[in-house]
Amino acid sequence: MSDITKQSLTELVENIKNKKLSSTDVTKAFIQRSEKSSELNAYITEDFTSALDKAKKFDQNPNLDLKLPGIPMAVKDLFCTKNVKTTAGSKILNNFIPTYESTVTENIWNEGAVLLGKLNCDEFAMGSSNETSHFGNVQNPIDKNLVPGGSSGGSASAVAGQLTPITIGTDTGGSIRQPASFTGIVGLKPTYGSCSRYGIVAFASSLDQAGPMAQNVKDCALLQEVISTYDPKDSTSINFKRNHYSKELTKNIKGKKIGIPKEYRVDGMPQEIEDLWQKGIQYVKDCGAEPIDISLPHTSYALPTYYIVAPAEASSNLARYDGVKYGYRAKGENLIDMYEKTRSEGFGAEVQRRIMIGTYVLSSGYYDAYYLKAQKVRKLIKNDFDEVYKKVDAILTPSTPSSAFKIGEKTNDPVSMYLNDIFTVPVNLAGLPGISIPAGHDTKGYPLGLQIIGKAFDEQNILNIAFAMEEKIDFKNKITDWWIK
Amino acid sequence: MNEKNAEYLINRKDNQYEVVIGLEVHAQVLSKSKLFSSSSTKFGAEPNTQVSLVDAAFPGMLPVINEFCIKQAIKTGIGLNAKINKRSVFDRKNYFYADLPQGYQISQFKDPIVGEGKVILDMPNGQKEVGIERLHLEQDAGKSIHDLDPQNTFVDLNRSGVALMEIVSKPDLRSPDEVNAYIKKLRSIMRYLGTCDGNMQEGSLRADVNVSVRSKGSKEFGTRCEIKNVNSIKFMQMAIEYEANRQVDLIEEGKTIDQETRLFDTKKNETRSMRSKEDAHDYRYFPDPDLLPLEVSEKFIEELKNDIPELPDDKKKRFIEEFKLSPYEANILVSDIYTAKYFEEVVAKMGKNKDIKLAVNWITGELFAVLNSKGLEISQSPVSAKNFAILINLIKNGTISGKIAKTVFELMIDGDKDPQKIVEEKGLKQQSDPKALEALIDKIINDNREKAIEYKQGKEKLFGFFVGQAMKASGGKANPQLINEILKKKL
Repeated sequence: MSDITKQSLTELVENIKNKKLSSTDVTKAFIQRSEKSSELNAYITEDFTSALDKAKKFDQNPNLDLKLPGIPMAVKDLFCTKNVKTTAGSKILNNFIPTYESTVTENIWNEGAVLLGKLNCDEFAMGSSNETSHFGNVQNPIDKNLVPGGSSGGSASAVAGQLTPITIGTDTGGSIRQPASFTGIVGLKPTYGSCSRYGIVAFASSLDQAGPMAQNVKDCALLQEVISTYDPKDSTSINFKRNHYSKELTKNIKGKKIGIPKEYRVDGMPQEIEDLWQKGIQYVKDCGAEPIDISLPHTSYALPTYYIVAPAEASSNLARYDGVKYGYRAKGENLIDMYEKTRSEGFGAEVQRRIMIGTYVLSSGYYDAYYLKAQKVRKLIKNDFDEVYKKVDAILTPSTPSSAFKIGEKTNDPVSMYLNDIFTVPVNLAGLPGISIPAGHDTKGYPLGLQIIGKAFDEQNILNIAFAMEEKIDFKNKITDWWIK
Repeated sequence: MNEKNAEYLINRKDNQYEVVIGLEVHAQVLSKSKLFSSSSTKFGAEPNTQVSLVDAAFPGMLPVINEFCIKQAIKTGIGLNAKINKRSVFDRKNYFYADLPQGYQISQFKDPIVGEGKVILDMPNGQKEVGIERLHLEQDAGKSIHDLDPQNTFVDLNRSGVALMEIVSKPDLRSPDEVNAYIKKLRSIMRYLGTCDGNMQEGSLRADVNVSVRSKGSKEFGTRCEIKNVNSIKFMQMAIEYEANRQVDLIEEGKTIDQETRLFDTKKNETRSMRSKEDAHDYRYFPDPDLLPLEVSEKFIEELKNDIPELPDDKKKRFIEEFKLSPYEANILVSDIYTAKYFEEVVAKMGKNKDIKLAVNWITGELFAVLNSKGLEISQSPVSAKNFAILINLIKNGTISGKIAKTVFELMIDGDKDPQKIVEEKGLKQQSDPKALEALIDKIINDNREKAIEYKQGKEKLFGFFVGQAMKASGGKANPQLINEILKKKL
């Protein structure tokens, strides 16, 4: 079967269960394509030999009752993987090999999947283009020199480029949904507390959430079903009744009320994004659901709020990278000198910028004006959603204010870079689930995504809406394999 | 209530100064595992053998609250007559140090688990109430070891993450003696509760001491200095004395006191500036996003209240009422929970016809002396409460004299022997047969005719001589009361 890598996760699982394919066949196919795809720079660490061993081992005694039987999978390099280097895209962790496994990846291996390798990402997940990685840019399979988005850029590129059938990313302000949108794939940011943060290198603890990135909604639902578990090792993990998302998936969304927030029609938004949104509203109607105009009045404060809360938490979360215990250590005259050199040399410019911002907003005399105020605004943003969810079942917005941009286009303009997250950030601040699905192309043929935002713990509902819309949209990603010689 | 002569004042030519002291006591929570991880807290283990991935702050590791530590803190709060806050918040206190793996300490800043309370001190001139400002939970840091290598510092993370209770007093203390009484009272309460072992040698109890001075009678507080991390009561007292005098000298010289953090040098007996207010760390406190606010229910608190044993103040009151002890005696017995337990067991074992006063005297006298000389705690007493009670009963019912009892006690120490058996085996039973004693005394008077005459002529001192002779002749076993009576009759 030469088209193995073109198959969706659901198809691969079927074929392995029906013994039409072995785990070894599938793993080999993805390894071969990955090896031919080094130009994408999607991997930081390849673990192919080990993956093939695991696949062979699986085939010797296959447990076909598992949800991911022998499925090879590469994951974002923010998840700690036992005995496999985990860098978070940073020089400061470039020699770090965990002795432990994150809960989310543990869940995945427990369902029979095998690790292909670790995928590139922005350093400590801070970025919207995968350009802050210590391990270099990631290419978007859509076009040469196009960013795949970020921070889960390697993950998005690997799924869109069929280097892995499916993957997981993390989303703090849009890091799953924005790259999914830029590469024409599906990405789900679950409700805060749905997936354990244990073993995920932290960026901003109150916002970070792991989630699936897939070629289609059904695959996405299946992986969400696997990774979302209550975990007592994460105090913010929430014990709620989790659906069998893939089994319960339905296209019947008749009568669902879908909110269309007027505040998401931002200044300077390209016409093609507006057009896409209008098309989305039409799809909603076509599915038998009812679009309703709503207002989320504090939307415009979301981005500045996010850029206070996230750096504040990051400045503290990243204090542990001090050269003392693990990771990169520079030589110093004394302790302070060692700290300064280690952190100056170990962290890249964007990470340093955010540590500085975070340190500033938490410092005495500024705390009330920035951090405390931001927390209050965050509450108002959450209240906005609570209010509209009395009237609607979900919300439809564009995923991003533009399609993917060129590598280097925005690296010198952090604010313009930050604006990429304008539609995704409110969802993290409110702790809600959001899914981005590919919904069309811009004039250059680059993919554009629509975002469906749900109520807390209502992943099933937004997956259903996405599933129904997916059929109507009938999106075809334009992958030309330009990088394969 | 203060008597003039009991006040602790610092005198200079024309001025008298009062010392104002507030303490931040760091008490290690008695628990098997750490505040946010399951690592052991056992003291004295090999370096870095009690360190989990959480304690060492590995990437992606998250804290999970140890419920037992929460219970311990609430129980301590109840013991301090304090308000228990149903909602409290863990904050991050951010600073860099080699033995602080996370780069922040998880502590409670704005919303501590325990609010205002009070403790009562028994001072020689009466009782004194000391206000408690708050009690909060926090993690201990690791230990930096600078003297193992000329070039490098070594770090031991065994303590990293161990739960501490920081108990902050109001600035209500006025002398080194009150500080002594306060620390001892806190320790006593926590040992009764089993929430802190109070072991200062092992660092389970340390304090930051805030000291300021002001003119006697002034209502305003002076500028305070904080003396960091003092780990014995004696050093606290020395540090206060030095620091208060230093501040008074500055005022007398017309200089101002800088608000600063100081260290106490135990070798030179002086405090030294560590950092000024301007150099104070900006800890950038903010609520730890890895932990949700801690909420406890009324029921949870009530259940803990039901679990609180009788505490020293109540026990003291009961001892005075039930056993007719003096406040002084009661204090000595209740200050340490194990002394109180021992005493109560002795009382119980003595049965109906008991002499509690005698038991108290023997516990605070002979028993304490033996424990002292052997360096033992009362919980390790070589004489069990049961045998101790038998001994007291033997004295009480006249089987042996107090003097013989001392001999018996000496023999009991080795292997907790039954005093009854010792008395029988060694034939130490008191002679209380009046006829036998009369014969014995007749012989002594006969042998000492001249002295008997001198006594009759008024040399009353000689009575003691006859008692001594009689006791000697009986091998110390004669009932001294009977000897007295017979001698008086015969002479």
